[in-house]
Amino acid sequence: MVTKAVPKGDAVKRMGDIASKIYHDLASSEIPTLSLPARTKSNIEFNEMYRVWKYGNATTTRSAKSLDGAYMLLRTMHMADFIKSMIDQKKSSTLREMYYISEGWGLAKFGAQQESDSLAEDLEIMTLCMREEFKLRPEEDGARVIGNLTLEERTRKGDIMKIHCQEDVGDAGYSIPYNVEPEKLKIKSVDADFILAIETGGMFDRLAENGFDESHRSVLVHLKGQPARSTRRFIKRLNEESGLPVVVFTDGDPWSFRIFASVAYGAIKTAHISEYLATPAAQFLGITPSDIVNYDLPTDKLTDQDTRALQAELTDPRFADEFWRGEIELQLKMKKKSEQQALAKYGLDYVTDHYLPEKLAEMGVI
Amino acid sequence: MRRRDLTAGCGLLTEEDAMAPTPIAEQLAKNQKEISVAEFFERNKHVLGFDSPTRALITGVKEAVDNALDACEEAQVLPEVNVSLAYLGDSREEFVLSVEDNGPGIVKRQIPSIFGKLLYGSRFHAIRQSRGQQGIGISAAVLYGQLTTGQHAKVSSKIGDGHPVYSCDIFIDTKKNYPEIMNESLDHWEKPSGTRITVPMLGRYVKGRQSVYEYLRGTAIVNPHARITYTEPDGTHHVFERASDVMPRECVEIKPHPHGVEVGTVIKMTKGANNRYLSGFLQTEFSSMGSRTVTDVLKAAGLNKSDNPREMTLQQIRSLVEAFKKVKIMAPPTDCLSPIGETLVKRGLKKETEEISPEFIISCMRQPAVHSGSPFQIEVGMVYGGSLPRDGQVRILRFANRVPLIYQQGGCALTHSIEQIDWRRYGLDQRGGKGIPNGPAIFLVHIASTNIPFTNESKEAVADIPDVVGEIKLALRDCARRLQQHLKKKEKRAKTKQKFELITKVLPEIASKSAGMLGKPVPNLDHVITKIMDIVWIDDEIRYEKVQKAQPVEEERKPVRQMTFDELPEDAADAVVSSSGWITVSSIKVQNYTQKPQGFTIHALIPPEATLGRAEPVPSKVTPKKISWELPEIPSAKTLTIVFELAGLGKGDFDENEIYTEGINPLCVIGADNWEGGDTDVEVSVLGHQEEEIAKEELEDDLERASEKGSKEKATGGDE
Repeated sequence: MVTKAVPKGDAVKRMGDIASKIYHDLASSEIPTLSLPARTKSNIEFNEMYRVWKYGNATTTRSAKSLDGAYMLLRTMHMADFIKSMIDQKKSSTLREMYYISEGWGLAKFGAQQESDSLAEDLEIMTLCMREEFKLRPEEDGARVIGNLTLEERTRKGDIMKIHCQEDVGDAGYSIPYNVEPEKLKIKSVDADFILAIETGGMFDRLAENGFDESHRSVLVHLKGQPARSTRRFIKRLNEESGLPVVVFTDGDPWSFRIFASVAYGAIKTAHISEYLATPAAQFLGITPSDIVNYDLPTDKLTDQDTRALQAELTDPRFADEFWRGEIELQLKMKKKSEQQALAKYGLDYVTDHYLPEKLAEMGVI
Repeated sequence: MRRRDLTAGCGLLTEEDAMAPTPIAEQLAKNQKEISVAEFFERNKHVLGFDSPTRALITGVKEAVDNALDACEEAQVLPEVNVSLAYLGDSREEFVLSVEDNGPGIVKRQIPSIFGKLLYGSRFHAIRQSRGQQGIGISAAVLYGQLTTGQHAKVSSKIGDGHPVYSCDIFIDTKKNYPEIMNESLDHWEKPSGTRITVPMLGRYVKGRQSVYEYLRGTAIVNPHARITYTEPDGTHHVFERASDVMPRECVEIKPHPHGVEVGTVIKMTKGANNRYLSGFLQTEFSSMGSRTVTDVLKAAGLNKSDNPREMTLQQIRSLVEAFKKVKIMAPPTDCLSPIGETLVKRGLKKETEEISPEFIISCMRQPAVHSGSPFQIEVGMVYGGSLPRDGQVRILRFANRVPLIYQQGGCALTHSIEQIDWRRYGLDQRGGKGIPNGPAIFLVHIASTNIPFTNESKEAVADIPDVVGEIKLALRDCARRLQQHLKKKEKRAKTKQKFELITKVLPEIASKSAGMLGKPVPNLDHVITKIMDIVWIDDEIRYEKVQKAQPVEEERKPVRQMTFDELPEDAADAVVSSSGWITVSSIKVQNYTQKPQGFTIHALIPPEATLGRAEPVPSKVTPKKISWELPEIPSAKTLTIVFELAGLGKGDFDENEIYTEGINPLCVIGADNWEGGDTDVEVSVLGHQEEEIAKEELEDDLERASEKGSKEKATGGDE
């Protein structure tokens, strides 16, 4: 199923459409239902046009025939109504705020924030609107950027502020806002050879301290674990607008592979908007399980959860290529994992002087 | 009057026997005198139930309470028994046991023999159900007390209005086995009659399952007509209230059944025969001997009907006893038994388990059966749920002739019967499908018989007689099946309850929210609701109304049954008015949540002792065990309510309707089972069906066991 985000400003109408669907069902003596694409690993397909993974044709139907289904419908209605009134009043709220607001929805209140976050995503999928249009924003900010690039950000006062991500920022770098669409953020100029996305703050700080952005003409982006939507969107825009290659540098464990997948292929949870968030050109640098062997890195044993995650990845269509299959099977065999910072075994400069240049050369980036 | 019962065949000789005129017996009697009673007692403490200080207290209570209950029942007085245990002085090992009843009292001259003579009893040969099957009687308690504390028992008794209370101390001269009376006095009591026995004795006071408290509680459950109070040594006072004010059926004494007699018994009987002819003797001195059976027996024994029983030779008697076994003889009459009854077992359990608020109580009474010529009858009760522990073993309460059995649980047929059933099929946990099951339940098993087949003289465990075990298992299975039905129904209802939440709360909110967002009127939900539910929901509610006696309202409550049933007992109409004073009102709500109209028949089972009062709509058929309504078509999304009243039951006796539907797909009905009995009476059809089911289950269990056994044998065979 090819989804295309709807024109802006349609969100209010879309919310009304949901209410109409339910009302129509009830008025014609049908059990009310709502359908949306199944948000599962088995229902993602590779989209040739965008070169990202998106939801397939399988749908799930929420029906008022079961108690759980009925509660979902009721909550959906409340959330749609809430979003509608928020847009009308030109306000925005965080997902967490909405979770607390739902306390006042009587029967429709949520048991945990995870439920309301997930329903907000369902609404995006059902309405083909993006969460940002709902005026809902996540708790966490986008992460940090350091590099030779100049951005223009519209501040909350409406002024345009020009920011150079080396000269105008401190050691922590430029903080990516939750909205990185062009009306908020413009990329004015970039002078670098590649973009390096880094999983952990520790490694980001190491590279910044060692001056890797200058020595190797790179834009450093901190992913902060599983990257926020704005971070992924920022990387995508930077890649598309500057044409620079993107390499992803993470820990060497199954969870980090999923971080790469959500940057490069699209996350399962947000597969409806993969074409906005995923950067198909992104490449995985490491730490690969082969690196653990080749660089003889200090390791930890895989936990049972790690093993299960690796096994799940073997059936994940996004990892169904020779490279990943080989690496995942290797890791399952050696039963070990390593962190990025394990490279410090060879000294603080080893990562910038040896590991990264070697790997980047191997990949043909430099 | 009887103060103590000794069972036939218990192996102890009565005084009369000891004085029998044969020289050998006399010689024996001389030898017996050589042994002092104290010595006899010392040697037989375990048989008499005084082998440990803990047990001695319970046995003392048991003997005194048995006597009290027996005395009241013989006088047809509802028993009021007050038991107290107090420390004797500063000692914590010596107690004063006192038991007082409201029975007829005992005449002064009988007191020494009853309380002071071992082996004194009346109606030694009586064949009927009686409590005094255990221990040796109250005099043993008196003697035990005297031997362990050196103090005397005290007896007080009043035999009627206008009589004083006569009190005395009893001292047993152990050398002469003769009671001596001391400290006689006269006193005054308010109550018209009664007896009090006070015995000082050595003991050890414990709490828990084998305690005086539990013994009395058990006694209260199986003697629902008795009110028992108990004061513990620390002053704690317990009252076990009466659950019924109807006296148990008086047990009729019966003649011995030919299948249960031994040669010795027959010799004794022929010696004292009043009939001059053998045929007459057989007909009058034995039960179940009709003239045809007598002819058959005589023929099989090669005896003449005109033989004089007094002149029979030993050889002739032997062939007579042999013939008894060969000839088919009818079962003995069963009016010598006095079972507690299904309703009263349930009521007794309910009352004594109130603090655990069980969710389900059920009982079952089997028809009388026979083991080796003695009639017996099995009753089983089950208590389920409430605050009973979910993971522990099921608690077993064993009773024989209304007396709790609290020792030797593991060696008793009542326990073995439970252990032999695969409880997993009834929804209880049981490791490997045998042994005592686990679960939040109490099982009660009561055997009533003229001759309880105990394993040994301590009379705490029933022997594994196949007929007895078989009957117990049938009763257990019957209860178990109803328990399982209850659990299934509960589970099904819990699921449906969710749907109710959906249609009554969530769906209306969805409707009003969507209507609100669109600014439209809230749509009607009836048809959506029937689509979601798609079932017929049957819900019953029972409440109890106190009846003001002798009110004209009763006129309106003319039993419907009288109009439809001729064989109604004549006092049924009175029962409505004069019974327990409670009317049980059932409302059965039938809600059609399907999309089309539904017309079908509803059957509600009612207890046989209940009388149907008002019923709306008017039932299409009423039998003593069930009421049926052919319901008019209930339109989709509509409800019909049936209300009926039952009289003749106590509050809480009937707390769950058994409802069946007929003529509707059972899959779309919740709250009732499908009627499989056809149009015949429930007793024949449903019970017949159940028996069949039970037999099938039994067979399956047996096959399982057989195959296990087979594999075991194979295994041993391999070893060899």
